[in-house]
Amino acid sequence: MSILILAEHDNASIKGATLNTVAAAKAIGGDITVLVAGEACGAAAEAAAKIEGVSKVLVADNAAYGHQLAENVSLLVAELGKDYAYILAPATTNGKNTLPRAAALLDVAQISEIISVESADTFKRPIYAGNVIATVQSSDAIKVITVRTTAFDAVAAEGGSASVEAVASAHDAGNSSYVREEVAKSDRPELTAASIVVSGGRGMQNGDNFAMLYSLADKLGAAVGASRAAVDAGFVPNDMQVGQTGKIVAPGLYIAVGISGAIQHLAGMKDSKVIVAINKDEDAPIFQVADYGLVADLFDAVPELDSSL
Amino acid sequence: MKVLVAVKRVVDYNVKVRPKSDGTGVDLNNVKMAINPFCEIAIEEAVRLKEKGVVTEIVAVSIGAKVCQEQIRTALALGADRGILVETDVEVQPLAIAKLLKAVVDKEEPKMVILGKQAIDGDNNQTGQMLAALTGMSQGTFASEVVVEGDTVTVTREVDSGSQVVKLNLPAVVTTDLRLNEPRYASLPNIMKAKKKPLDTMTPEDLGVDVTPRVTTLKVEPPAERQAGIKVADVAELVDKLKNEAKVI
Ligand SMILES: Cc1cc2nc3c(=O)[nH]c(=O)nc-3n(C[C@H](O)[C@H](O)[C@H](O)COP(=O)(O)OP(=O)(O)OC[C@H]3O[C@@H](n4cnc5c(N)ncnc54)[C@H](O)[C@@H]3O)c2cc1C
Ligand SMILES: Cc1cc2nc3c(=O)[nH]c(=O)nc-3n(C[C@H](O)[C@H](O)[C@H](O)COP(=O)(O)OP(=O)(O)OC[C@H]3O[C@@H](n4cnc5c(N)ncnc54)[C@H](O)[C@@H]3O)c2cc1C
Repeated sequence: MSILILAEHDNASIKGATLNTVAAAKAIGGDITVLVAGEACGAAAEAAAKIEGVSKVLVADNAAYGHQLAENVSLLVAELGKDYAYILAPATTNGKNTLPRAAALLDVAQISEIISVESADTFKRPIYAGNVIATVQSSDAIKVITVRTTAFDAVAAEGGSASVEAVASAHDAGNSSYVREEVAKSDRPELTAASIVVSGGRGMQNGDNFAMLYSLADKLGAAVGASRAAVDAGFVPNDMQVGQTGKIVAPGLYIAVGISGAIQHLAGMKDSKVIVAINKDEDAPIFQVADYGLVADLFDAVPELDSSL
Repeated sequence: MKVLVAVKRVVDYNVKVRPKSDGTGVDLNNVKMAINPFCEIAIEEAVRLKEKGVVTEIVAVSIGAKVCQEQIRTALALGADRGILVETDVEVQPLAIAKLLKAVVDKEEPKMVILGKQAIDGDNNQTGQMLAALTGMSQGTFASEVVVEGDTVTVTREVDSGSQVVKLNLPAVVTTDLRLNEPRYASLPNIMKAKKKPLDTMTPEDLGVDVTPRVTTLKVEPPAERQAGIKVADVAELVDKLKNEAKVI
């Protein structure tokens, strides 16, 4: 069986999410090809060739793929993908944008955000904000799948020696163009890859108070996340939102500060190994999932925690 | 220009659903149903574009059982001009929904189709992208801002790294993210008026679309339960537990 993976990359390097996706492909079993579609993406392709378990890398280096617009990349994936039994991508905003479009072009369903591989055609995936786990079976000849990265341990980024092959075909749908991107710059680890995450909610009261969490996070080598309420209130940018409709995280330690624990928030963090909740309301639902709950005013507890580390 | 908005009937977001004990499905008996929150945002965006004079007509489409009329009526009360129900009792999957919507698009020829980015029951996040593929339209997914200028629409998208702005030729598919707008409530007079707005019903057969599922749900089960842990007395105990018991810091 042959598996095509659409790589998550920024032309210069391969993103960690690709490594989790390769792990899911290994769980399916088969010959793994990674597609790097971008512009001036040779470095990313070379990095992809080193990933453990990958046998071939296809590089589509063309201006049309420079910003990985779904209109163009989906045409490429549909063209190359018809020779594969599986097409996988991580369930990042990129994967979610492009892969359903490619699936529809191939006239097959997509199975979104799998968390386990049960057999060659059967997978588990969460529905209803993770309150229900469905086991689903696909009857399509080509199985198009996005992978919830937190459910699969990353394979090694080094050690492989795949062949690298250039793909000539350039698809430009000609109906969309890239204007600009605003990338949140941060020296902290990436939210979805960090081993510790400190998140703040509406209880933080304003954006300035998040400085307390940044300081704590820097001591712990942690990333900083937020609830939707904190994002909606403008305390922090949207890329920090953890939850059903934000980012899914599963770090070794998750510290929820001033977050009540709505199901939509829990959906994004309840697979963390250890959960700590700091909340002044002892009945807050977050305590039902917390390994260690501290009923306290965060404005006392967070500085104290910070100074005791 | 004309806009098509897809609205899905789902379990209200406040309800915590549970699988049936035999694992054959989700227990939806007497559960409160509502418009998918992202679809509400889609209607609101269409209505705001109409208020700005950009949009002239809003058509709300839903696919599902007869009861989905309720959600179409809500959309009409919020400002949509007319509704279309594609009636079927089959659980229609995203690819088939996209094919049905394409058939409606072929008839209605809207300049823009606005959908939610994801339905909070299936959590698939696929339908808009699939519709765009089938119609050959450009796509602006996970939108937090939508600006129409002439024959183009500029969409700001919420992406993992921050935000991305793309310029799309019309016709285009837009899927909504949470921060695109804050939907209004329907007023009583508007709810009354909505009852008189036209609502057409058709079937997948009328539209010539095969809705046979490609994916079968074999079983559903609750996720692994997390045991509630302990309450610590103070910060010192918390630090001690994290260092010596959990060994995570
Ligand atoms: C379709 C949809 C999708 C959604 N997706 C998401 C999502 O992806 N992620 C998400 O997070 N939410 C999501 N939500 C929103 C979710 O339902 C909640 O509204 C949100 O998570 C609440 O955020 P919060 O816990 O910060 O705020 P609140 O619920 O207001 O909780 C604030 C908490 O802070 C505590 N607090 C206040 N002051 C202090 C203090 N001084 N010291 C200690 N504790 C204090 C309070 O006791 C309270 O428990 C979604 C909602 C919908 C409808
Ligand atoms: C427990 C369970 C079991 C299921 N089993 C099956 C099964 O065996 N077979 C089967 O065929 N299906 C089954 N389904 C249904 C199916 O999985 C999805 O719910 C359905 O395909 C739609 O996916 P989605 O709404 O998550 O799509 P998304 O892509 O997340 O929806 C995005 C947007 O598309 C639009 N949209 C989606 N659906 C509609 C609609 N009906 N009308 C109008 N607009 C819409 C809305 O604008 C929505 O915001 C099951 C669902 C559940 C919860």
